[in-house]
Amino acid sequence: MDALDVARWQFGVTTVYHFLFVPLTIGLSVLVAILQTMWHRTGNERYLKLTKFYGKLFLINFAMGVVTGIVQEFQFGMNWSDYSRFVGDVFGAPLAIEALVAFFLESTFIGLWIFGWDRLPKRAHLASIWAAAIGTNLSAYFILAANSFMQNPVGYRINADTGRAELTDFPAVLTNKVALITFPHTLAGSFLVAGSLVTAVGLWHVIRNRGSADTGAYRFATKFGSWVVLVASAAVLFTGDIQGKIMTDVQPMKMAAAEGLYTTESPASFSVLTVGSLDGSREVFAIKIPYLLSYLGTGDPNGTVHGINDLQAQYATQYGAGSYTPIIPVTYWSFHFMIAFGMAAGAIALLVLWSQRKGRTPSSKWLLRAGLAMPVLPLLANSFGWIFTEMGRQPWIVFGEMLTRNGVSRSVSLAEVLTSFAAFTLIYATLAVIEVKLLLRYAKAGVPDVSEEHPIDDTPDDAERPLAFAY
Amino acid sequence: MELTTIWFLLVAVLFTGYFILEGFDFGVGMLLPVLGRDDRERRVLINTIGPVWDGNEVWLITAGGAMFAAFPEWYATLFSGFYLPLLLILLALIARGVAFEYRHKRPEASWKRRWDAAIVVGSLLPAILWGVAFANILRGVPLDADHEYVGGLLNLLNPYALLGGATTLALFLTHGAVFIALKTTGDIRERAGALAVRLGVGAAVLAVGFLTWTLSIRSSAAAVVLAVGAALALLGGLAAARVRREGWAFAGTAVAIGLAVATLFAALFPNVLPSTLDAAGTLTATNAASTPYTLKIMTWVAVIFTPVVLAYQGWTYWVFRKRIGVANIPQH
Repeated sequence: MDALDVARWQFGVTTVYHFLFVPLTIGLSVLVAILQTMWHRTGNERYLKLTKFYGKLFLINFAMGVVTGIVQEFQFGMNWSDYSRFVGDVFGAPLAIEALVAFFLESTFIGLWIFGWDRLPKRAHLASIWAAAIGTNLSAYFILAANSFMQNPVGYRINADTGRAELTDFPAVLTNKVALITFPHTLAGSFLVAGSLVTAVGLWHVIRNRGSADTGAYRFATKFGSWVVLVASAAVLFTGDIQGKIMTDVQPMKMAAAEGLYTTESPASFSVLTVGSLDGSREVFAIKIPYLLSYLGTGDPNGTVHGINDLQAQYATQYGAGSYTPIIPVTYWSFHFMIAFGMAAGAIALLVLWSQRKGRTPSSKWLLRAGLAMPVLPLLANSFGWIFTEMGRQPWIVFGEMLTRNGVSRSVSLAEVLTSFAAFTLIYATLAVIEVKLLLRYAKAGVPDVSEEHPIDDTPDDAERPLAFAY
Repeated sequence: MELTTIWFLLVAVLFTGYFILEGFDFGVGMLLPVLGRDDRERRVLINTIGPVWDGNEVWLITAGGAMFAAFPEWYATLFSGFYLPLLLILLALIARGVAFEYRHKRPEASWKRRWDAAIVVGSLLPAILWGVAFANILRGVPLDADHEYVGGLLNLLNPYALLGGATTLALFLTHGAVFIALKTTGDIRERAGALAVRLGVGAAVLAVGFLTWTLSIRSSAAAVVLAVGAALALLGGLAAARVRREGWAFAGTAVAIGLAVATLFAALFPNVLPSTLDAAGTLTATNAASTPYTLKIMTWVAVIFTPVVLAYQGWTYWVFRKRIGVANIPQH
């Protein structure tokens, strides 16, 4: 074990952990904004209750996303300083712009939204949640543009004197074809999580809280969430399909590793299940769907998909001796788990909608269990998606330009990285337990009573009145 | 003006803004057990910064991002070199941020006590460590010819840097007390005002000592002027605090912190991280910088969006301009 291994593990753990909260922030900010807009449009108190209810769950999650996000920005410099030196000219710009353009918007307006119920005119308050939601989604775009540079570097040149990457075409970095397709794919995956949470919590109340005065609100939430999940599932499939073709083009090794395709095939079949040898160097047993991989990768059922062994030989000639193959069992299973868990959420959403057809009230214990599993499934799918896309890029930190092992900080000792890895793991694990317990507590508590809402008024005698919201 | 100079100034402005804004957040957090005698009072204190602390913290994230984009070598050397202090700052900011959001989510006293501890420690550590870090940047650290940090942790804990830590701690405590006096009503307001004066005397002594030592390490005409300005602003703020002119007192401590940070940057320029070993290791605004193309794009983005950000952040402070007191704290 050396500092490099620990730095890799720390990046993996802190990034996957950060991205447990991000999808919910991205998706739920928009869904809460939609609910509040419906309240404004209809005046129906049901939507106000749902806005406040899901808004609370959103904020419990939001706090975690914010604080774990700061670590991400600092970590490049702390553990990956040679990487930072190499790409800073290109990679730093989208990060800085994200902070200035998106993160300020999100953080400032979320404060206005949380505390502004009795301080802002109704419309300004509604605009605040939309501004925060737009900030959140914009922020995802800039971060994904930065990440896409690592997958498919564009708009740069290597300065022969300094050995550093230099930006030559910023619009090209922002319109990197990997970024343009990863952004909608990530958003769709995020709405899958958010819709699943809305559905699961609604369904729990519909089944467990029968006869409650708020059943109508919960039924609406369940249907609303299920439709979001269905649309998001379709969007995930559609964008994922395009992403596969772009990946086959710019990172063929990643596509081959996703499928455990060792030798070049035309047509190539899609593996539903492959068991490889223990060292991952060849396959032992497989169930396959003919032509499908060729279609996914190239759009042509008879298209050629390059195999791991051929690509390895080609890269060794191109970049010098060495292994250019990711860890195949990791890429293979993370890719397959991503698809399976993501699609499972869509299937359950269909069941939930079916169970409520024509005003029926579902009561099945099994449906409830499936419903409660719902938010976990797309979260796992998101995590496996990131594990796949980052592990599939290995051994590169910037594809074709810099190896991960060359990006690590030279001045940081093993003891230092171990300390930091241990500290983050410990605090993250503790906070995860607290966060999940709070989410469950507030999800069970149900929609709030909104009958005491007071309209905004600025008369002097309100100095003694309690705030609509306080920490 | 050269693009590298513009970006040196912008990074300086971002850190200055960060310390002015999060300075009082840290102060409020540290004073929680001192000025908040019961749960309702502590909630008053937390709610003075409730709507704004998150937006204030983005100044740090933007400063870090600007440093990464405009001066990658500075960012890389500094963040990998100051490893353990930055780790502690990160852990503190994590615990503190979650604490604000979660503290009121359960009624149990033990639950609130634990989050109070997270807020106090989470505010105290960065308040000290930022001073230690910036003093070390100014003093210079051991860098080899490849700009890699070669000193250990102990190297960062020299007397000058520790004085820097004590100074930021005292300044943020004073700034926080002044802010609380400005934003609350009743008893808390009185106590905060009285405490601000006492804290401020200590802060003034430390700040004058630290800035004098700073100027003896490296200096420029501008740095001297700024340092004198910082001292005068702090004394003016304290005088205002004594007669309970809270708005002027807050303006005084805010300007004092701003000018003190500006003094450090003015004394540092054109270096960004001097080496105490090999002179070739010294990072400057030129040799640490990104290419002119990158800086030009970033300049355009900054020119367009900074005024917008300032406008809506300023508006937020206007929306939440009212003082609050225990009567305004709802039951849950």
